[in-house]
Amino acid sequence: MGISRRDFLRTVAIGGTTLLAGDVRAEHAARLNCDKTFGVLVDTGVCIGCRKCEWACSKKNFNPEADPVFFDDKNVFKDHRRPNALAYTVVNEFRGPEPGSHPFTMKVQCMHCNDPACVSACIVGALKKCEFGPVTYDASKCIGCRYCMVACPFQIPAYEYFNAFDPQVRKCSFCYDRIVEERKRPACVEVCPSEALTFGTRRELIDMAHSRIRAHPERYVDHVYGELELGGTSWMYLSPIDFKYTELPDLPDQPAISVSETIQHGIFKQFVPPLMLYGLLGLVMTALREKEEKKRGHHE
Amino acid sequence: MSSNDHHLPTPIKMKYFTPGTKIIFAVMVAGIGAYIYRLIFGLQAATNLNDQYPWGIWIGIDVASGVALAAGGFTSALLADVFHKEKYHVIVRPALLTAMLGYTFVVIGLLADLGRYYNVWHPMLPSMWQGNSVLFEVGICVMIYLNILYIEFLPIVAERFKGRVNLPGALARLNGFFESILSVADRTLGRFISLFIIAGVTLSCLHQSSLGTLMVIAESKMSHLWWTPISPLLFLVSAIAVGYPMVIFESIIASRSFGLKPEMHVLSSLAGYTPVLLGIYLALKIGDINTREAWPLVFAGNTQSLLWILEIAMGVVIPLVMLLFHRIRHSVGGLFTAATLVVLGVVLNRINVFLVAYTPLYGKTSYFPSIFEIMLTVGLIAALVLVYRAIVMIFPVISVPAAER
Repeated sequence: MGISRRDFLRTVAIGGTTLLAGDVRAEHAARLNCDKTFGVLVDTGVCIGCRKCEWACSKKNFNPEADPVFFDDKNVFKDHRRPNALAYTVVNEFRGPEPGSHPFTMKVQCMHCNDPACVSACIVGALKKCEFGPVTYDASKCIGCRYCMVACPFQIPAYEYFNAFDPQVRKCSFCYDRIVEERKRPACVEVCPSEALTFGTRRELIDMAHSRIRAHPERYVDHVYGELELGGTSWMYLSPIDFKYTELPDLPDQPAISVSETIQHGIFKQFVPPLMLYGLLGLVMTALREKEEKKRGHHE
Repeated sequence: MSSNDHHLPTPIKMKYFTPGTKIIFAVMVAGIGAYIYRLIFGLQAATNLNDQYPWGIWIGIDVASGVALAAGGFTSALLADVFHKEKYHVIVRPALLTAMLGYTFVVIGLLADLGRYYNVWHPMLPSMWQGNSVLFEVGICVMIYLNILYIEFLPIVAERFKGRVNLPGALARLNGFFESILSVADRTLGRFISLFIIAGVTLSCLHQSSLGTLMVIAESKMSHLWWTPISPLLFLVSAIAVGYPMVIFESIIASRSFGLKPEMHVLSSLAGYTPVLLGIYLALKIGDINTREAWPLVFAGNTQSLLWILEIAMGVVIPLVMLLFHRIRHSVGGLFTAATLVVLGVVLNRINVFLVAYTPLYGKTSYFPSIFEIMLTVGLIAALVLVYRAIVMIFPVISVPAAER
């Protein structure tokens, strides 16, 4: 017992510092070469809220016959909608803090994190981070535990609760088939009429974002959301107002997985701690059994 | 085994159906109905789960609390078999049975919650192993441990039926087969049982703590009253602390139900460990809040803060103080009350960590279980009680004094 408890404390002590979290990040960053990793820059300053991205996404993933007129309705902006099992992306409208300030619109979908919590959480590896950026889902492995939904810091994965026999986790795939296999841009990016969506490598996009801010400091807040958040995301955002007025959550630079994976790997380091506990219990059991037998011998 | 022949495990002889049992049976039938409804119509129809709240009471109570309350199995084995405290041998079999049934029903409850329950075996395939997943570790440990519990129970089956296997009707053909299994088990298990017992204790420490790691990954969605990197340590210590109170709780209920005298000389001294374990747990809880400077959350006066205070006051402080008194430890009513408080406290803690602390980013509504979720959860508990009752009537589990046999 002593070993296990001490080991926990050690693990936790390390987990508390950012030192090891830094190691985890470096390891992941090395694996995810920025030159090869694709992303999308969402410039909410030029988004016109036409919802064509929603239509293109729906057409590709749900209904090839989707009617574009259906997506012209601007009344949906009265609510803040969330992506769900029947829509991988939605556009919402936001306003700054001042009364009567100009509204702007922002598309939301899976961020395709560099260190995805859903991938770390998945019990069977049904969710995978591909080296090109997309976080993909393999329904044939999935057991439907929904731990990915609990883990996601952006609350993106949605579930087909209505499907009794074959429910799937549903979320944006970053058009994996289009960008990796067909070498095309994602459906939403291709349809965007205002160049609010730019597809490219993550490194290019970060440079582009900062040069847009430098060129028009009056138009943007000096913050590329997703460049550093949680160790970086494939999808990144520019905004005319502070991100706290949008629905993107305020998150630390440290990946969501750093503490849990540090604890997990600390306890299971090459199975040494569990085997030591097993050995220790075995020793105690044998030692005390001999003592007990000797004692009984004396009594008889 | 102890040579104390005043108390020998014996099958309980009494009528299975009493008015109470019939009520519990009806509750179980309702639970089976809810289970069938979920299987046919799916999670949307049967539960109040949604994209905001992916986990409900089937995880918070059936799985998380179920595993914690089955901790009596490994903590009793630790005391009686590893530390060789002979007088506690009488509690080993009932605690083992509770753990075996507890984990079995954890799995049955989990299957109801899994969207693709028919894929539940996937984590066993090496091609799908996912070492970063805390849930993977919990799943594998629980699966192996459940099998170990069945193996540990096998000698009890052998003791009762070896040389006496007599299945009715067409099954009689299998008599020889079962007979040989029992005789092999009887001959070999005795030699290796210690290996299984310490493996059971090790696996329990691993998954009891890992259950506490599960919500660590969701930091930004968790109330920092409960989110802490030492959550696995808190889960392990609270599981160890609730082990003996759970044994006491069910032992007193079983005695009442079977018209036996509670074995107070064993239970009272078992309760002596509880204040120490609860004290360690309380110190860790307070130290954790202190280190993370989370006191303002404790006194925020909202639902979460009130539930935190209730969890600590009712489930830890009050039973800790009660069990310090010799008089309370030695009175059936006092001991039962204190043990019940510890059990409820741990259940409340698991509900708090998995459900109350979880605050979705875009939640417009809050989660409350549906009637089907409640029926299924209560039904599983009823089923466990009924199977327990049947097993102690068939197998030698509960120790009965010679005079009452």
